[in-house]
Amino acid sequence: MMRVMLHLGAQVLLLGLLAPLLPGLITKVKAWVAGRRGPPVLQLYYDLARLWQKSVVLSSAASPGHIAGIAVAWVATLGAALLLPLGPWASPVGFRGDAILFVYLLALARFCTTLAALETASAFEGMGAAREVSFAVLTEAAVMAGLLALGLQSASLSLSVMLLPAAGPATALLVLGLFIVLLCENCRVPFDDPNTHLELTMIHEAMVLDHSGPPLAAILHGAALKLLLFSLLLVQIVLPAGASSPALALAVLAGAVLVLTLLVGLTEALIARLAFNRVPLFLTTGFLLCLFALFVAWKAGRP
Amino acid sequence: MSPWLNLLIGLAMGLNLIALASSRLPSLIRSAAVQGLVLGTLPLLLGHGGWMTVLFAVCTVSVKGLLIPALLERALRAAHADREVQPLVGYVPSLLLGAAAMIASVALADALPLRAEHAGSLLVVGAFSTVFSGLLLLIGRAKAIAQVCGYLILENGIYLFGLLLIRATPLIVEAGILLDLTVAIFVIGIIMDRIQREFDTLDTRKLTALRE
Repeated sequence: MMRVMLHLGAQVLLLGLLAPLLPGLITKVKAWVAGRRGPPVLQLYYDLARLWQKSVVLSSAASPGHIAGIAVAWVATLGAALLLPLGPWASPVGFRGDAILFVYLLALARFCTTLAALETASAFEGMGAAREVSFAVLTEAAVMAGLLALGLQSASLSLSVMLLPAAGPATALLVLGLFIVLLCENCRVPFDDPNTHLELTMIHEAMVLDHSGPPLAAILHGAALKLLLFSLLLVQIVLPAGASSPALALAVLAGAVLVLTLLVGLTEALIARLAFNRVPLFLTTGFLLCLFALFVAWKAGRP
Repeated sequence: MSPWLNLLIGLAMGLNLIALASSRLPSLIRSAAVQGLVLGTLPLLLGHGGWMTVLFAVCTVSVKGLLIPALLERALRAAHADREVQPLVGYVPSLLLGAAAMIASVALADALPLRAEHAGSLLVVGAFSTVFSGLLLLIGRAKAIAQVCGYLILENGIYLFGLLLIRATPLIVEAGILLDLTVAIFVIGIIMDRIQREFDTLDTRKLTALRE
């Protein structure tokens, strides 16, 4: 029992502390490609510390549901982080079917974020919430199809077992599809620009326009954590977990996440945003890639 | 042999989806052309390797991959038409329908009593899904050039099905089909020119409006 608690605490601390590093790295890569020096890699840590000390300005229309929604969203994302295995270490609270819980915890976080956005009674936040949810229809279907493909490959629905073996026959399709999902879920460039401040085209940023102080810090940290979770998921689909020593496996995992982050940064620097009406088409492509991965896994699994 | 064959057919099936999702005429023409190129090399992998097979493959590649797309690009340039495809069935529904057709054709191919040598290959699956994608493009696009591309993709599907019998049919039959296809594209080109002169557009919806 003590060991499990220690493991849980260590995993939450590790992922929670490392998460704000990824957006900083992506911004740095973008700055390098553009020939600028860019903000420091630790910028998000400074931002979070600054926001934590500020007071909260609440919309007069907001009920206590506003703060509660943000809190639930943050905790749900942390809970999803607990379910993910880290290289050779299986998740301490993993059970049969925890992949479904993982998807649903992320969905709960999204629901609460949009709820908190609607609570402020601002038109822009309502618009951002509507966009977030309508894109989620496709991304969640894609994630479900991808996880089912993994489940068929490993004949298990527990994340710790599903992510253990190396690439199966469907991996190329799956990785491409989930990379598209990662870009959309975390509001990266072909779908959304995290730096934009034009309300008419923002998605995630539009939802947090009226948030301030510690709640905004929780939202920003939750978004960074979600990026880390999706990167870890994608990386572990490709890499086999059974490397020689735990330290080496952890180093490989960290290196792969770093490479993926650089890749996201390069995508962001080199590709322009999609026209808004083309986004569903691109997302459908991602969904279909995951669906075909599921199909290939199913065909390969039969004699 | 079979993995390469399946890889190429899988590529052609992916090109079906790209054709269904592309919103510009040049990219639609290009995906039909690349599909012709890919499928043109298949007889080399399947056939008995005689010089007739090589000649047939070279003819198919040059007609479907080079000649017909060049004709279409020329028609597009001559018509000064705008390059938007103008779908009657939207891109996302067509993409989903194409994917559904792909999965349905796998089920259909499983149900058919195939000969043992074809059991592991994607030939029948590719044929059915390509035919369906071609039909979908023919029905769901308003521009004449997009419909021609649909027709080309449909023909590619029938050609794939014909490859099942490559050892049985004389290649002269296939050559005749290729000639027919070229003539058909010529005729369609002339029709497109007429539509363009009459209505100043390649939108075939104008043809359904009756006048005295």
